[in-house]
Amino acid sequence: MILHDLISFELLRVIWWLLLGVLLIGFALTDGFDMGVGALLPFVAKTDNERRVVINTVGPVWEGNQVWFILGGGAIFAAWPPLYAVSFSGFYLAMFAVLAALILRPVGFKYRSKRESAAWRSGWDWALFVGGAVPALIFGVAVGNVLQGVPFHLTEDLMPMYDGTFYWKFLGLLNPFAILAGLVSFGMLLMHGAAWLTVKTEGVIAERARSIGAIMGLIAMAGFALAGIWLAFGMDGYAIVGPVVADGPSNPLYSEVSRASSWLAAYGARPWIAIAPAFGFLGMAMAIRGLRSGGEVSTLLWSKLGIFGVISTVGLTMFPFILPSSVDPKSSLTVWDASSSHLTLFVMLVVTVIFMPIILLYTAWVYKVLWGKVTENDVTTNGDSVY
Amino acid sequence: MEFGVVELSRLQFAMTAMYHFLFVPLTLGLSIIVAIMETVYVMTERPIWRQMTKFWGTLFGINFVLGVATGITMEFQFGMNWSYYSHYVGDIFGAPLAIEGLMAFFLEATFVGLFFFGWDKLSRVAHLIVAWLVAIGSNFSALWILIANGWMQNPVGAEFNPMTMRMEMTSFYEVLFNTVAQAKFVHTVSAGYVTASVFVLGVSAWYLLKGRHTELARRSIAVAASFGLMAALSVVVLGDESGYTTTHDQKMKLAAMEGMWETEPAPASFTLFGFPDQEARETKYAIHIPWVMGLIGTRSLDTVIPGIAELVEQSEERIRSGMIAYDALMMIRADRGEVAQDVRDRFETHSEDLGYALLLKRYVDDPREATDQQIAQAAEDTVPTVWPLFWAFRVMVGLGFSFIAVMAYFFYMASFKRMRFPRWSLYLGVAIIPTPWIAAELGWFVAEFGRQPWTVDGVLPTALSVSHLSVGDLLITLAGFVTFYSILFIVEMGLMLKYIRKGPFQDVEETDRWIARHEHRLRTHDGNVPGAVPAE
Repeated sequence: MILHDLISFELLRVIWWLLLGVLLIGFALTDGFDMGVGALLPFVAKTDNERRVVINTVGPVWEGNQVWFILGGGAIFAAWPPLYAVSFSGFYLAMFAVLAALILRPVGFKYRSKRESAAWRSGWDWALFVGGAVPALIFGVAVGNVLQGVPFHLTEDLMPMYDGTFYWKFLGLLNPFAILAGLVSFGMLLMHGAAWLTVKTEGVIAERARSIGAIMGLIAMAGFALAGIWLAFGMDGYAIVGPVVADGPSNPLYSEVSRASSWLAAYGARPWIAIAPAFGFLGMAMAIRGLRSGGEVSTLLWSKLGIFGVISTVGLTMFPFILPSSVDPKSSLTVWDASSSHLTLFVMLVVTVIFMPIILLYTAWVYKVLWGKVTENDVTTNGDSVY
Repeated sequence: MEFGVVELSRLQFAMTAMYHFLFVPLTLGLSIIVAIMETVYVMTERPIWRQMTKFWGTLFGINFVLGVATGITMEFQFGMNWSYYSHYVGDIFGAPLAIEGLMAFFLEATFVGLFFFGWDKLSRVAHLIVAWLVAIGSNFSALWILIANGWMQNPVGAEFNPMTMRMEMTSFYEVLFNTVAQAKFVHTVSAGYVTASVFVLGVSAWYLLKGRHTELARRSIAVAASFGLMAALSVVVLGDESGYTTTHDQKMKLAAMEGMWETEPAPASFTLFGFPDQEARETKYAIHIPWVMGLIGTRSLDTVIPGIAELVEQSEERIRSGMIAYDALMMIRADRGEVAQDVRDRFETHSEDLGYALLLKRYVDDPREATDQQIAQAAEDTVPTVWPLFWAFRVMVGLGFSFIAVMAYFFYMASFKRMRFPRWSLYLGVAIIPTPWIAAELGWFVAEFGRQPWTVDGVLPTALSVSHLSVGDLLITLAGFVTFYSILFIVEMGLMLKYIRKGPFQDVEETDRWIARHEHRLRTHDGNVPGAVPAE
């Protein structure tokens, strides 16, 4: 096939770096509120009917939302195979914890209200809490570790190896900066979940969601600011040494990487990227304001802008790095040396360009059909067809 | 067997994949059966069909959610436990997985919520379309997963790139239209249809035995038997197609499945029964049927099917050829591509056998230094353990044929005998509920175990595909999965049984409204005022 030469390898890599961001952001914006709602469940809803209302706000949509996560995994595999290979095996036990929590979630949604027993229901409520809270925290912890660099190196055969094995796959991930990053994502997604609940519920549930959500938003915003200061003064970044070959073969060992500079050097080289953290702060601040003052749809939209800003900040700050190595910087994965082949990136782009708009269209239609608040009346009268 | 990282990773993959496939076949088939029922409802407006749609839909939902949940593990396990595999073939293998998400899983998962929550929010026709979109999405998912798996069995449309030390795609078209993948897809979804048909038939038979919900049960059997008969025929025919493609592309797997130790003159005989003995390389107490194997495998009278001994010799040749490729590869890599043309040519000539040289890595770090004995040993390793394959295959095929018989019987009784099922047949219907799952799991076992020692046939050995993990890491996750999955299984079965015992929800108001609307037509038809659903 010669068709794929229509788009240069370099451009395709940048496009797929952007699409990686789109998928992560899509996941955080949609499944993010499901996770936030799960984590908020035991606190914003006390009685069984209240809890059913909360669960049913996400009941019909969580399955579709979760596909952003699955697709994220698939797209990383297809477009950035080294990233898929190194990160998931490197974060092995943390990934296992995420998977276990994420498996609890669908089962919890579906099975919770299928038996009357109070113990059964309360057990699943806490399972839903774990299913929301644990991934929300661990995703941030993972990003915190990626910014510091992960202790892996690649052999000449490009086989990923890890230093410090067991410790690094779990406890070692929980260093102070990573925990700070974890708090940012935890606070952000709970704020988002609370914003969703203000749109979909009323009365006492919405009130509780507002007060908890505002606190979570403040935690996320403070953590985000603190992480920025930490990056400026307390942590080295990474930089490619020598000329950048943007269309070379995907072999990380072909480039040299040094640890000298700070990550924030990127803002000197490309000042316009400061718009990302600005969006982050603006979105979160306005969402907090909306949670306090009674805004509904606008609060949710501001919250989305905040999440968009925070995730974009991480990506743009690190560009072109995707996964730096702390023990062997040369092995670091970058946009220029960790992608799929030219042909695969092209084929995947064509498929994405065709299907992504269709997905967005029908997802929007489903949300439109389901538009409106969920009330206690809904869950008590529609016995069998709701959760 | 010594349990190291490779064995534990294989065990974990086999466990989580086979567990996932407890739920998938029922999803594949039941989604379609439910959509068929809803179609009848929309066309006839008879409330009983809506009741059926909702009842089987509830069971579908309980099963579906675990398929989704355990599928999460599958999507990430390649990276977690098979990181060298992910690097080595991700350029090809990742694409169908991602496309599955884009084209199929999004569709299925977005609309499944609306299927359950949309009854009062959508028009009848719109809801019917939603039901069909869920069914189409589920089945498309299977297509892309089997394109990915088909590539592992028959890696077409790709070549090794020495600069990136991995396989890279050369033709998406070939990956997509891989004959193995196409045959496997239809075989697998048909197996799913059979599974769901047997399930619906079995549960309905139980209702008939108990004298409960008989209207729903009879109609359900009618749907299940006709759909199931078609599917059972298709599963066997396409199973045969799978066998035929295996003859071309995976000769060793075929020879092992059939216990063909030596090459026979064509057309080869089929071993119906026997006890394969790997050490002695013979099948004891074998019952042979002349000609049959040659006919099934090659669809000709004069094409020879190679036996295991001959294939081991071929493997040894390919290992030696692979060593030449490996040597050239090391030179190319050392010089970052700036290497003499003759080295490059040598690599091109032998690169198809590179994977065979990698088999030596089990015994020696640098395959170029392998001794003759190690080479012979590695060639021997290309033979999978025969007896489990031999038996798993025969049990699967036996079950496959019996499904045709059962479905044909129920179809006949439903169509021509006014559904007067004898009690023994209803007991049989209940008793066979687990069998399609057994057949499906055995089918996957034959496909995957039969490909050993490879993860990607002839390209990448399983022993080399794993992640850099410790035995401790694996024991933690393995214990975690076993515990976690067992609990979920108990919970799921408990709910399934609860909802089967509970039976359908009969919407009396709707039924009465329907009777009132159609009373005139029904009276002239039967002569008296009937109930749409007789009181129970």
